Amino acid sequence: MLPSVTITHYLIISAILFSLGIYGVVTRRNAIMVLMGIELILNSANINFIAFSHYGGIHLDGQAIAVFVIILAAAEAAVALAIVLNIYNRFNTVNVDEVSALKE
Amino acid sequence: MTQEQLIQTSIVILLLPLFGFLFLIFFGKRISGGGEQSKHRLTGWIGTILLFIGLALSMIVMIIKLTNYPEAITWKFQWIDFGNVPFFGPLQVFLGITIDNLAAIMLVVVCLVSALVHLFSIGYMHGDIRFTRYFAYLGVFTFSMLVIVLTDNFFTMYVGWELVGLSSYLLIGHWYEKKSASDAAIKAFIVNRIGDIGMFTGIMILYYTFRTFTFSEIFNAIQSGNIPYGSNEWLTAAGILIFCGAIGKSAQFPLHVWLPDAMEGPTPVSALIHAATMVAAGVYLVARTFSMMTADALVFIAYIGAITAFISATIAIAQNDIKKVLAYSTISQLGYMVMGLGVGAYTAGFFHLVTHAMFKAGLFLGSGSVIHAMHHALHHQGDHHTDPQDIRNMGGLRGKMPVTFFTFIIYTLAISGIPLTSGFLSKDAILAGTLAFGDLSKHYLIPIIGFFVAGLTAFYMFRVVILTFMGGHKETHRFEFIHESPAVMTIPLIVFAVLSFFMFYSFNPFDASSGWFYHAMERPQSVVPTVVQAHSIETFEEALHHAHLPAMVLSLLVAGIGIFMAFMTYRWKKINADALAEKFSGIYKFLLNKWYFDEVYGAFVVGGTIVFTRILRWFDNTIIDGLVNGTASWTRAIVFGYKDHWKLKPLNAKVFIFIGLVTSIIILIVSYQAMSAPTEGLVSIMVSFLGALCAGALTFFFFWAGAGGFDKYIVDGIVNGVAYFSGFFGILMRKLQTGKVQTYIVFVMLGVIVFFFLLRGA
Amino acid sequence: MTLYDMIFYFFAFITLASAGIVVFSRNIIYSAFALLFTFFGVAGIYVLLNADFLAVTQLLIYVGGILVLLLFGVMLTNKVVNVEIKTGTLQTLPASIIVAIAAGALCGVFYITDWKIIHDKPELESTTATLGEMFMTTYLLPFEVASIVLLVALIGAALIARRDKKFPISNVNLL
Repeated sequence: MLPSVTITHYLIISAILFSLGIYGVVTRRNAIMVLMGIELILNSANINFIAFSHYGGIHLDGQAIAVFVIILAAAEAAVALAIVLNIYNRFNTVNVDEVSALKE
Repeated sequence: MTQEQLIQTSIVILLLPLFGFLFLIFFGKRISGGGEQSKHRLTGWIGTILLFIGLALSMIVMIIKLTNYPEAITWKFQWIDFGNVPFFGPLQVFLGITIDNLAAIMLVVVCLVSALVHLFSIGYMHGDIRFTRYFAYLGVFTFSMLVIVLTDNFFTMYVGWELVGLSSYLLIGHWYEKKSASDAAIKAFIVNRIGDIGMFTGIMILYYTFRTFTFSEIFNAIQSGNIPYGSNEWLTAAGILIFCGAIGKSAQFPLHVWLPDAMEGPTPVSALIHAATMVAAGVYLVARTFSMMTADALVFIAYIGAITAFISATIAIAQNDIKKVLAYSTISQLGYMVMGLGVGAYTAGFFHLVTHAMFKAGLFLGSGSVIHAMHHALHHQGDHHTDPQDIRNMGGLRGKMPVTFFTFIIYTLAISGIPLTSGFLSKDAILAGTLAFGDLSKHYLIPIIGFFVAGLTAFYMFRVVILTFMGGHKETHRFEFIHESPAVMTIPLIVFAVLSFFMFYSFNPFDASSGWFYHAMERPQSVVPTVVQAHSIETFEEALHHAHLPAMVLSLLVAGIGIFMAFMTYRWKKINADALAEKFSGIYKFLLNKWYFDEVYGAFVVGGTIVFTRILRWFDNTIIDGLVNGTASWTRAIVFGYKDHWKLKPLNAKVFIFIGLVTSIIILIVSYQAMSAPTEGLVSIMVSFLGALCAGALTFFFFWAGAGGFDKYIVDGIVNGVAYFSGFFGILMRKLQTGKVQTYIVFVMLGVIVFFFLLRGA
Repeated sequence: MTLYDMIFYFFAFITLASAGIVVFSRNIIYSAFALLFTFFGVAGIYVLLNADFLAVTQLLIYVGGILVLLLFGVMLTNKVVNVEIKTGTLQTLPASIIVAIAAGALCGVFYITDWKIIHDKPELESTTATLGEMFMTTYLLPFEVASIVLLVALIGAALIARRDKKFPISNVNLL
């Protein structure tokens, strides 16, 4: 049967979530999919913070940091989507590998 | 108020004009809108009100400083720490603020003049297309001057120094559409740079020796006997070099040429430059560094001041532009101050700076008022040919502009040194100082020039007053349109006029030394080694005491003569000025053309620079290019000449083979000699054998090289090899550098994994 | 196996399974909706970790805010009528290998490390008040900075996304 839950369980969840996020960021061409991958990564980081906050005896400081992470995620999502929309208006595509006007 | 609060207040004073500048430069256009007049003036009022707040605060600072804290208040912080710099040692820069009596008084002077100039400008610059920007620049000008006033080190002082230069450039060139204005701005900037190089060098000498920029630390180090390179001459040199900065900024001979041209700026700017900010900076610098000046440096300073005072006073007599006369009178008065400091009358020199700031700012604003009125009258008539600044076109303005006239008269009395005015007190003090100095050191030329210039000053200032305000106006039609200026312009005039009286500085109208100013501004003890010290304070005070009465009588006498002559010539017409000019036309032309300084500088400095650049160009074109091209053609001649013209030019080929043969023979002989040398043994045989081998190879190589083989295989081989390798690695790297963020993330992950395994622990 | 464990495994399954769908689905709409469940599962995990306030925040901001934004992004940038809603993938093989290694390394590290645990038993009390106090005291400056960041992001996003043909950005006179 499945073992009783310890901190390791949470950390492994966050590790898998993180890897999935990285995979999404790296492999997808669509900029919005890349953003979704980033959200996964941020969530996995948050799970880590809160798990350590709960088990590590640092009281609620971990949770406070997690709140800031959420705040920054919101800001990032707003700005990134605005940029994506702008790119779409200009290049008529949101595929990150096709938008390379700055490359050369 | 505690010391910390004083420091904080002074920082607020410092930042207020800067805030005004930033606010006006970024939001000024938004506020002033589309040129609507009421909104338009609002920007000017913002700057003015900020400055008045600064003025109120600075008065508080000064009063508290003078009454409660006899010692200087300093505050400093570590600005930058480079750690241990190779070849130099620890390198830290501390910046800070110091408020001593000198700074506190100067703070009030700068804020006062600047605030009133702001107020005056609202009226004077009314309707100007760059009204907002003008006020922004006034703010930055004041800010940079306050930086100089408040700093406790040479570093920030130099920064403020350059900022003053920049802002004066901006303001003098305010009407940059006019060619003469932009030229004047550039001239002021460049001439100031010349002085600044000297100041920079001086600062570097001090910094290299003392590893600090802070004034008090440098002075303490000098006092403890640590002087640059252990030589008094270096200390003198450092002092004079720093004084060079003052020569530039305070328009001393020989760098005074920028100041009259700076009259191209708006008149209130001239008032600001001449009274509170720019030229005062130079005198302030000398006052700040007074205690590190050696006797030689002080004598140098005194002579520079005296020469300046004399030259510019003579020029002022012959000028007809009202602002030009005032400009030369400023230079002359600055010469006075510098001379005063140089002879050791420290308090008197600085005192004259303060009193002069008041009446000279007033004189400029008064002339601005006159020009404003003339300009409007001429504009009304549609007359664009008559110069509104020429005093010959004025006259009789007394009735039309009473406020301007009466205030102008007060300033003129003050600058001429008539009793009951502040100018009398300070001028008399300087003259007494020069007399005492002349007594002590036998440099009698300085007091003679001092008194002569005092007479000249009274003469040319009354000439301006008589020609401008008295008599009758030549053109009655224009005269009808002349009006008194609005209140924003007359109020500053009245304030300055009130401040030109004696009681603000000393209650005794004949002796400044009993006033608060003299108690606040004690001459600082010299820190230089005793051998090179100027006359000690006690001796000087003693001599000064004796010189006081004769100086007063003499100065009154010469001023009286000057005024009398002015009235004789221009009011009662007993002396015909034109006839005199005709008779001494040589001297008159010499003075009218300002001693031909501009012409001489144009011919020698500017022309010399151009000639020098021509020489450099010739050198570059002929010698350097010749060497390069010659080498190239020689190489070509040797290599290609042989290959291409083997048949066409057999001589060339034969010469070449001959050189090769001769070389190989020489090498063979040398190696044979080496073989038969007395030091027999394996080594010498080896050496000789190698020599022979080399000779053979070299001979072959010469022929081969002649055929172009060397070039083709060795030189080209290296070049092509390098190109090929860079190309190869470029292509290799290109595979990795896809330019896609995602690829880079993969690499980052790879790196993270590697770190995981590296750091996984035991 | 306690109830706590069962709930944990339930949420862990939801989170990871839906995250898998997010990443591996070819259809971006599916991905976006799967992300909803991921966020929901993560919120559940927060509750288990005695972070009630954060769980609610997670739902409000991620589900209510960011996800809606992402969906809008999807809909505004894809021609829904077309079949193009499927998105291509890049360099799948190297990415899979490296991510697998990274996941293995991370899990391994997490598993073998002997974590120092201060208190095992969760004390059940509301964290909202305590967190609020912390933001007003210890984390006051970061809190204020975060608010400014949000404001700047808001304005910036509005400015960037605005498509105003009348005033192209090059014609805006900044002074």
